Amino acid sequence: MSDLDSTFVERDSYFQTVAGLKEDGYNLLSDLCAVDYLDHVDRALSEGVIRERFEVVVSLTSMSMKKRLRLRVPVPESDPEVDSLFPLYPGVEAMEREAYDLLGIRFKGHPDPTRILLPQDWEGHPLRKDYSVGRIPVQFKEVKRTR
Amino acid sequence: MTTIHTPGGPHKHPDEEARYQEAEPGLIAETSEGAQEMGPRSSTKTEELSKEFGAALRLPEGIELDPGDINIETSEDQTMIINMGPQHPSTHGVLRIMMELEGETVLRTKPVIGYLHTGMEKTAEGLTYLQGSTNVTRMDYLSPLHNELVFSLATEALLGLELPERATWIRMLMVELNRMSSHLMWMATNGMDLGSTSMMIYGFRDREMILSFFEKVTGLRMNHNYIRPGGVAADLPDGWEDDVLAIVENVPQRLKEYDQVLTGQPIFRARVDGVGVITQEQAIALSATGPVLRSTGVPWDLRKDIPYLAYDQVDFDVVVGSVGDTFDRYAVRFNEILESNRIVSQIIEKMPKGDYKVASKKVTPPPRKRIDESMEALIHHFKIYTEGYKVPEGEVYVAIESPRGELGCYLVSDGTARPYRMHIRGPSFVNLQSLPPMLHGGFIADAVAVISSVDPVMGEVDR
Repeated sequence: MSDLDSTFVERDSYFQTVAGLKEDGYNLLSDLCAVDYLDHVDRALSEGVIRERFEVVVSLTSMSMKKRLRLRVPVPESDPEVDSLFPLYPGVEAMEREAYDLLGIRFKGHPDPTRILLPQDWEGHPLRKDYSVGRIPVQFKEVKRTR
Repeated sequence: MTTIHTPGGPHKHPDEEARYQEAEPGLIAETSEGAQEMGPRSSTKTEELSKEFGAALRLPEGIELDPGDINIETSEDQTMIINMGPQHPSTHGVLRIMMELEGETVLRTKPVIGYLHTGMEKTAEGLTYLQGSTNVTRMDYLSPLHNELVFSLATEALLGLELPERATWIRMLMVELNRMSSHLMWMATNGMDLGSTSMMIYGFRDREMILSFFEKVTGLRMNHNYIRPGGVAADLPDGWEDDVLAIVENVPQRLKEYDQVLTGQPIFRARVDGVGVITQEQAIALSATGPVLRSTGVPWDLRKDIPYLAYDQVDFDVVVGSVGDTFDRYAVRFNEILESNRIVSQIIEKMPKGDYKVASKKVTPPPRKRIDESMEALIHHFKIYTEGYKVPEGEVYVAIESPRGELGCYLVSDGTARPYRMHIRGPSFVNLQSLPPMLHGGFIADAVAVISSVDPVMGEVDR
């Protein structure tokens, strides 16, 4: 249950790092999701880590060591693309599609990079922070606006 | 490049409308990435056909593919793509499955989901941590308490709260009862899918026993909002031991009957034995967890392997199967009810005395009596319920074993009273990916049995 170690990995070495971890016994990919840090681009991070708008977060589990590990990959806004982990863990397919669908992160090498939860003609990526939640103005009739 | 995209519709705020007009065309163009449905063979690449069973499953590296197993030469007029769902009664909600058939044999399978998507992760960003559990409880509606638990554990991990022992044990009691009710419900629907209508009625009857207890404790039969950050909403009612004891004594007897109704039933066995087999390697590669993984013989249960709550203080076994077929998945769930029953009976004996929620003034509102006496308490109460409490900056991933597998919650806090990002790793969502290898090479008539054996809850798949 307890929190796991969180490590930053650069985008270029992301795939290689995960491949190495898989060799080391992290055989189960528990989770993959992305976060949009638009409101906190200047957040405090440990030294040497590049701050980017997006982060892809991967949780790996080692069944033999009973350990978990979390990787955070900064992904720039201008080119939101990372390598797909699909060749290592085929089970990541749905999760990467979800991250694409809701946050617009592209995964290079993903075999089926389509939307998964939203309809295919949906515009935009709703979990991005600049995506406004739709609202319907409510008119209260017979009440005069005072300001 | 900050652009605003609103979903279509006539009701746009004028400012947003203007910004929407200015939106970068690239981002909109990016969104038409192709169909979600399974394509016909002619539009699927040969390499892709040769390396995959289904449109959705790709074989993990290192697993040898039998070249005779997949005939990439199969011409299109010999196969047929059919749609099952989203309104099919055996798809447990709004699951849509596209299958390519050759005669009666299933070749490729692709689950198409999203029909129940309600944007709960986005909703969570607008709710305080106190309100958050009302939102997550609606995801997996057959095990609402597990959803509340994982969200509460994540919030508490960020807050650094140490819970009173009784709160932990009450939580454990409730989630284990919930696991029993969820599995009983699964046995009911699975029975109905396979033609055992009596099992359907029996399953619902027994689940009712547990739901009545939940109603007594939480006030609601589902979507309880009982487990909250900081503890539970209320203490157990007087005489709860008797109610739980009645359940604990009843369930094993009833299960003995169901064992005869199902396990010993030749028609049932003929429909599940050797159907929908998945291997250990496939299950792990596809990130399957819960009974789907355990049925292949992998003893992976988070309660045992990475214990949370007080699972290291109770005695129970992890149930595993051997073949990974539909019968094994049935047997694993069947025996997990008994194991949960064992845990619950131990909890009755070991339930400690004390507080049911944390005494921290930060997250716990003052008791009702204090509000009448003290102005500060009233203000404090009001503040907690309107503004919520601030949670320190940080991010955390917490996972628990729900009846369907690893239920995870990734929570990011930016120091305000609302989560900056909440992501739920739904076990049904991930487990659905194991359908294509299970169905491949089997008969279309087995599809119902196999889909049912994965136990997907669409509320959690689509969130």
